[in-house]
Amino acid sequence: MAAPPALSSAYGRPKPIGGMDLWSWYFMRVSGLALLLLALGHLVIMHLINSVDVIDYDFVARRYVGWFWRGYDLLLLVLAMIHGLNGMRVIVDDYLHQPAQRRVAAWLLHGLGTILIVLGVVAVVTFRPPVTPVGVGQ
Amino acid sequence: MPVRLRIQRFNPETDSAPQWREYTVEVEPTDRVLDALHAVKWHCDGSLAFRRSCAHGVCGSDAMMINGKNRLACKLLIKDVKQPIVVEPMRGFAVVKDLIVDQTKFFEKYRAVKPYLIAAEPPPKTERLQSPKQQERFEDTTKCILCGACTTSCPSFWANGEYVGPAAIVQAHRFLFDSRDQGAAERLPVLNEANGVWRCRTIFNCTDACPRGINVTKAIVEVQNLLVARAKDPRGSDAAQ
Repeated sequence: MAAPPALSSAYGRPKPIGGMDLWSWYFMRVSGLALLLLALGHLVIMHLINSVDVIDYDFVARRYVGWFWRGYDLLLLVLAMIHGLNGMRVIVDDYLHQPAQRRVAAWLLHGLGTILIVLGVVAVVTFRPPVTPVGVGQ
Repeated sequence: MPVRLRIQRFNPETDSAPQWREYTVEVEPTDRVLDALHAVKWHCDGSLAFRRSCAHGVCGSDAMMINGKNRLACKLLIKDVKQPIVVEPMRGFAVVKDLIVDQTKFFEKYRAVKPYLIAAEPPPKTERLQSPKQQERFEDTTKCILCGACTTSCPSFWANGEYVGPAAIVQAHRFLFDSRDQGAAERLPVLNEANGVWRCRTIFNCTDACPRGINVTKAIVEVQNLLVARAKDPRGSDAAQ
């Protein structure tokens, strides 16, 4: 029997599946799951195990001696920012239909996102705790 | 028993804006909302316009918004709704008259997903066989009657009328997950567009509105997952299993 005809040829070359909308949806699913665990962990440590009364500069300095908590906070920060801003982009996409409005919104979102992420990353990465962290051994 | 209805009336030829009219009719508690609409049309105001055909929940003609939710007037009993029964046309479509809406674009999107069997092999002498398990995979989405209740209850569709909408995705699902079908390569690009499945925000209004009890949101997510799987592995088999 002859090979079955490729039906899609009648409609032009089929486009490969992928693209911004697909990967943005996938990112939202994966980052949403990661954020749920990261944010719950953050909540439990900062508000249940420790009281907000004891969280001060010393507390943060002690945590930031190593890279584990910096990595944790960086991941939480970057994922939350991109997840939130992508959500905003989706809302803009749904409700703003004028090209000019969409351009302004896109610039605002990208600008705001870049500034906030850079500020946060700089704060986490460049923080230098005192050589002997204050409060250790107290 | 006397039943009060508050119906949105609009005749684009004479009215500048829709207006509400109230009617009181005599129907039984076990009658349907459709019977009350009939009573209005036959005994109070013959100019009231609405669609209905089979009147038994099969043809999908009389979907409308009843007390704020999309329902089939022929499936909803009077005793199950609060009075006054507020009846409006489905949202998101242009109103032709009263409760009749223009479904042209709705059916354009339905056709865009090619809602028919696409098989490369010539038909066999008898049926194209499949196992009960293979049939079960898409059984839920075969129940769609194209009433439009899901699409017109979707806030994403209200915000952007170009969104392909839950009904068309349900129809695509019915064939994408059919082991006999090989049309995925033709359907998926339509669903992968910006106005395709990615506009679903998982609000579940469609699932709540479906008079056939189809798990619409689940079907949409299954199509989204299929697209992601296809993007990761473009050589995936044609019929999604």
